[in-house]
Amino acid sequence: MDLDVVGLSRLQFALTALYHFLFVPLTLGLSMLLAIMETVYVMTGRTIWRQMTKFWGVLFGINFAIGVSTGLVMEFQFGMNWSYYSHYVGDVFGAPLALEGLMAFFLEATFVGLFFFGWDRLSKVAHCVVTWLVALGTNFSALWILIANGWMQNPVGASLNPQTMRMEVDDFYAVLTNPVAQAKFVHTVSAGYVVAALFVLGVSAWYLRKGRHTELAKRSLTVAASFGLAASLSVVVLGDESGYLSSEHQKMKLAAIEAMWHTEPAPAQFTAFGIPDQAARETHYAIHIPFVMGLIGTRSLDGQIPGIHELVELADVRIRQGLLSYDALEQIRALGGKGPVPNDLRARFEEHSDKLGYALLLKRYVDDPRRATDAQIAQAAGDTVPQVAPLFWSFRVMVGLGLYFIVLTATFFILSARRKLDAYPWLLTVAVLSIPLPWIAAEAGWIVAELGRQPWAIEGVLPTAVAVSNLGIQTVLTTLIGFVVLYTILIIVEMKLMLKAIRKGPEDEAASPQGAASPLIGATPALRTAPMITTE
Amino acid sequence: MILHTMLDYDVLRFIWWILLGVLLVAFAVTDGFDLGTGILLPFVGRTDLERRVVINTVGPVWEGNQVWLVLGGGAIFAAWPQLYAVSFSGFYLAMAAILLALILRPVGFKYRSKRDHVQWRAAWDWALFVGGFVPALVFGVAMGNVLQGVPFRLTPDMQIFYEGGFFGLLNPFALLCGLVSVAMLVMHGAGWLVLKSDGAVAARARTIGIGAALTTIVLYLVAGVILWSFIDGYRVTSEVITTGASNPLFKTVQAHAGGAWFANYAAHPWTIAAPALGFLGALLAMLGLARRWEGATMVFSGLAIAGIVLSVGASMFPFILPSSIQPGASLTVWDSSSSHLTLFIMLVGTCIFLPMILAYTTWVYKVLWGKVNPAEISDGKAHAY
Repeated sequence: MDLDVVGLSRLQFALTALYHFLFVPLTLGLSMLLAIMETVYVMTGRTIWRQMTKFWGVLFGINFAIGVSTGLVMEFQFGMNWSYYSHYVGDVFGAPLALEGLMAFFLEATFVGLFFFGWDRLSKVAHCVVTWLVALGTNFSALWILIANGWMQNPVGASLNPQTMRMEVDDFYAVLTNPVAQAKFVHTVSAGYVVAALFVLGVSAWYLRKGRHTELAKRSLTVAASFGLAASLSVVVLGDESGYLSSEHQKMKLAAIEAMWHTEPAPAQFTAFGIPDQAARETHYAIHIPFVMGLIGTRSLDGQIPGIHELVELADVRIRQGLLSYDALEQIRALGGKGPVPNDLRARFEEHSDKLGYALLLKRYVDDPRRATDAQIAQAAGDTVPQVAPLFWSFRVMVGLGLYFIVLTATFFILSARRKLDAYPWLLTVAVLSIPLPWIAAEAGWIVAELGRQPWAIEGVLPTAVAVSNLGIQTVLTTLIGFVVLYTILIIVEMKLMLKAIRKGPEDEAASPQGAASPLIGATPALRTAPMITTE
Repeated sequence: MILHTMLDYDVLRFIWWILLGVLLVAFAVTDGFDLGTGILLPFVGRTDLERRVVINTVGPVWEGNQVWLVLGGGAIFAAWPQLYAVSFSGFYLAMAAILLALILRPVGFKYRSKRDHVQWRAAWDWALFVGGFVPALVFGVAMGNVLQGVPFRLTPDMQIFYEGGFFGLLNPFALLCGLVSVAMLVMHGAGWLVLKSDGAVAARARTIGIGAALTTIVLYLVAGVILWSFIDGYRVTSEVITTGASNPLFKTVQAHAGGAWFANYAAHPWTIAAPALGFLGALLAMLGLARRWEGATMVFSGLAIAGIVLSVGASMFPFILPSSIQPGASLTVWDSSSSHLTLFIMLVGTCIFLPMILAYTTWVYKVLWGKVNPAEISDGKAHAY
């Protein structure tokens, strides 16, 4: 990646997005876990569950604060660094972002204040409803963001308007029900649940190992293990769905993930290990597993998955077709919006308008793509290959960790069912050490999804190099450095506060002034079953 | 889909122009008192407990309030993509300054009181001041620049080129508008603190608030006089097509159109209500602060903010973002919106969700009603900041 304005803007977007994505998955999952824990509290009336909700709520709050701030950066950055993108697809892409604000973020952010400040002001049930609304809001938020992101991967329901020189919606229902977006939503949200589950699992395991807060830790472990097992199974299943959809909508991404340089006879083999060499277009020391790739990608034994080499040749053809459309578009625009567009001209534009984006790939090399030489067209076709090695490796890291999470959560699920959570101290240590792993998997997943989309900002429609704002290098460098410095300070502060809160442990609920809870403190078995008869 | 043609394109565009104003006002009125409170923090709170009282007045609500900014960003992106693209990339460093300042705020609220350390807390107090002051100033400065026209141009394929630097934004008139913005938000924040706190904090807020309201009135008046005397407006000189494609280059515009920014008031005298509300609201807020009408003061300062923000829109209509170097590329209500269908879908979404938002926000404020009790903060029970 060259460090020009495009490269720097990409770097800034990637850094701020990866950073934002450290906090979002934990928010997603932890909000659900809080809601589950508080529901148990409301149903059983046992104060320990309220204590759990409050304790994990403190950690949730520390995490939520940075998630909110860094999210604002993401929303502003499209306009700041990607102004042509914002103009070109704002008609489609802006709507889910606005709807996210209307439907989800307001819910989440308005009620999160009450979650923390409302314990003494609301009845038990009302507070529990507030917690559920926060969880609902965060999950809806993810839905809209992934509808927006899904459209970048698979731009359906919109077409280019020559008059306004931008993509405009023709079918909003198609944008909403985009299969790529739906698969991504469940995959990403489940991944968030896994992050939170392993976080709670690991911290609780640490308490058990130290013999502290064992009652809280055991219950938290049980919740985290069962929630985490369900979530990690869901991640893998929906990840497989994403892979299947890629073979339909993003063939190049799939080929790059597999480092599949040439089309293979069906069913294709899966490369479990290897060193991809992009220049030579081959994978050294490859270990293959027959049939598996064909099964994942096409769910059949005879479906063919195209290789990188063949896809580049296809891109060359598409660029040339896109140029025909581009030429017609220029002629339509030369009319200046005055008078009707002649039918034959419109027909020429529309015949290949779905490949217009391929012609825009040439903008990197010539101002007027129609003047491109064959060599430049070949170069642009070659540009459609993303960076293979990072994709190949990120994907394998993600999948390997995903399978590990199933084993880990299943182990603790069984231990919990047998009431042997503290029987194997070394397993507790494994859980503590596993805390960072889901984050690595989630970030790797982001890299697969977004680096795999390159060179496109919008797959097949708008190249990243064209989408960027016309800014000076120094300007972008200034903000990039600003974000790096501020974000580094923030993450240090955040980790310190998290660790401090974890070391401190839960607040003693006995000190709570709440009338409803006090008879249940240190509850005898008889009282423990007392339902929610008293309210404050 | 045929449904969206029930509302004409120009009607939808006008509705979305109104909604743009509603969003800006909602942001300025709700998050405005958070920002104002942040600015006031180091001055109205002398002891640590006083400062924690100040922070806890906005503690439970600032997150919800800030969503008006998020929603504003999203709605401009969706309904006015050209405006979003030109303004956010053109005001690049100013936007970055706002972002960096706003990032400090959430973490400041959340983290300040988590450590019992004098310098730690003092540092975050000043971070919260910056987090309030910088956005308040920059939003006003941006308005001041928009009124003068912004040096951007558009190529035929709609690439945006911004030809001005960061320091060009800091011209005298724009800075004056920035100060109006700071003064009005300080006034509003002071009203909030008087409503939500007692004793010394409220007394200091009252004194500063009265001064801020007076400053708002004076500076707003000066800005109006300068706008009248020295700032030329813009005027569309070609036929105005209100239902055409959203392409700003299909029209011609005269820059340096003297008095153009006051033409709407002459043509539609009822629009004078906006600036009148600005003055009257601030005057009543001042009176309210002095006479201790706690609830009413917030209403008055809110109305003042609404009047001041709306007066900018009313002066410029149909312009939204004039270009000083290529006047024909200026963005107007009629040529920089989303497509007919997108505007309709977004309107449906707004009609469904906005009433819900207003309902549950009102409920949350009702639950949290009452003054912040310093005793509750010092015993740390209520999960206070």
